[in-house]
Amino acid sequence: MKGYRHAASGVLVPLAALAFWQLLSSMGWVNATILPSPGAVLVKWWAYLRPLEAFDPNQGSYLKWCFTGELIQDTIGSLYRVLVGFVIGGGLALPLGLAMGYSRVAYGLFNPLVQVLRPIPPIAYIPLSILWFGLGNPPAVFLISIGAFFPVLMNTVAGVQNVDSIYLRVGRNLGASRLTQFTRIILPAATPYIFTGARIGMGTSFIVVIVSEMIAVNNGLGYRILEAREYLWSDKIIAGMFTIGLLGLGIDTLMSRLSSHLLKWHRGLEQG
Amino acid sequence: MSDAATHISIQGVHKVFESGGQEVHALRAIDLEIPRGQFVCLLGPSGCGKSTLLNAVAGFSLATAGTITVDGKAITEPGPDRGMVFQEYALFPWMTVEQNVAFGLEIKGTDKAAIQEKVASLLAMLNLTDFRKRFPKDLSGGMRQRVAIARVLALDSPIMLMDEPFGALDALTRRNLQDELLRIWTELKKTILFVTHSIEEALYLADRTVVMTYRPGTIKRDLMVDLERPRDVASPAFNALKKELSHLLMEEQSRHNQAEFKGAAVD
Repeated sequence: MKGYRHAASGVLVPLAALAFWQLLSSMGWVNATILPSPGAVLVKWWAYLRPLEAFDPNQGSYLKWCFTGELIQDTIGSLYRVLVGFVIGGGLALPLGLAMGYSRVAYGLFNPLVQVLRPIPPIAYIPLSILWFGLGNPPAVFLISIGAFFPVLMNTVAGVQNVDSIYLRVGRNLGASRLTQFTRIILPAATPYIFTGARIGMGTSFIVVIVSEMIAVNNGLGYRILEAREYLWSDKIIAGMFTIGLLGLGIDTLMSRLSSHLLKWHRGLEQG
Repeated sequence: MSDAATHISIQGVHKVFESGGQEVHALRAIDLEIPRGQFVCLLGPSGCGKSTLLNAVAGFSLATAGTITVDGKAITEPGPDRGMVFQEYALFPWMTVEQNVAFGLEIKGTDKAAIQEKVASLLAMLNLTDFRKRFPKDLSGGMRQRVAIARVLALDSPIMLMDEPFGALDALTRRNLQDELLRIWTELKKTILFVTHSIEEALYLADRTVVMTYRPGTIKRDLMVDLERPRDVASPAFNALKKELSHLLMEEQSRHNQAEFKGAAVD
């Protein structure tokens, strides 16, 4: 009962906002080119989602045909770039972060450079990335990996540095070698931080992919909403924005589910 | 010097460390011979160096001068022959009860079947069998300390070092675990060095209670507790000893207080 009421109060504000928006449109208070009605956006969304051509059995299976819609192709393109960029950026940040967290020498060597580069927003790398990699996926992936790199790095360093020294004392007392200490104590103890870093890094990657598609690529959700502006298709822009929002929410929910599943031992993730 | 019955030999141990630019003499000229199988309590106010001495025996922080030997061999580093139980439990939160207990054996390379058997018997011994799949966060303080004890017992170390292990527990749980510890000690015949600031705990558990002085930590009194077990905390003999130790401890406590006030005045 309480759950229902909670859910009901959760949809109240969105519904009111939607109603207000519909009211603005139906009363003709705003130009439809500036702000199309919710219905128009929904119609465009469906058109954007649907396959462009009629089903032709000679072209392949029905399932494959279902994925030929522009929206789905754009989503796949964007997700692919996010994934590749995140894996490269996070994959480089993780070992470096572990080394910097574990060894004072490594920290002393790398930290000054990291501190200088870290405040540069990934977007500031756009000119260089185009000079270096031209257009297409490579500059986009490069920018995304920079976006993912620093959150994963900083959190990994903090995670390793914040391992409670009592666990290391227990490890030594139980006879753990340095390698065992690292793999069986430091690494698992640092995972809550590392996962937080991955989640933030994924969020940044998602922002950067949209921006990079507006500059360097000619498909993907970011490209599509910029393209729609040139035709004054505000309904398509809004449909694209909602898609981006829902996708971002989906990815973040997935990441947080995954981390609470893997960190079910961790106190911080439970209520009470 | 030390005869065959001596298990842990502490000779002329000093420990000096630096704190706020000042040298603190934590331990001075400690001599202690502990025979095999003896249950020794180190008793004193905070700052008397009892934990420092325990850490020196554990090998976490070596003595500045003097020697500590176990079976005649000098201690240079921590090792599984001297299992330690900490006040803050220090269980690995990412491991289940069972995994925590098995950890020491796993890293030693013991084969799986032997680990399983050993872990199962230890969990049974400490009434933890039903909790073996739980994570430490889902256990009470008393349960966690049982796991920590099982984890040390898994190593079969002849010596158990215990640093105020029951200090954070409520009175009932505490008594319960004390009884359990005595049962384990009787069964497994370990040498136990147990740090506490509770007089009653020391008298309830120990064969021998060593009272330490506030900075520098020295041995103020080395008392054999010749009471029958199970000990009756309400008996006149128990209370006579308690009164005696309480008097000694109050002296040290007041020195501790004075030092703290002086420190506060300087700040």
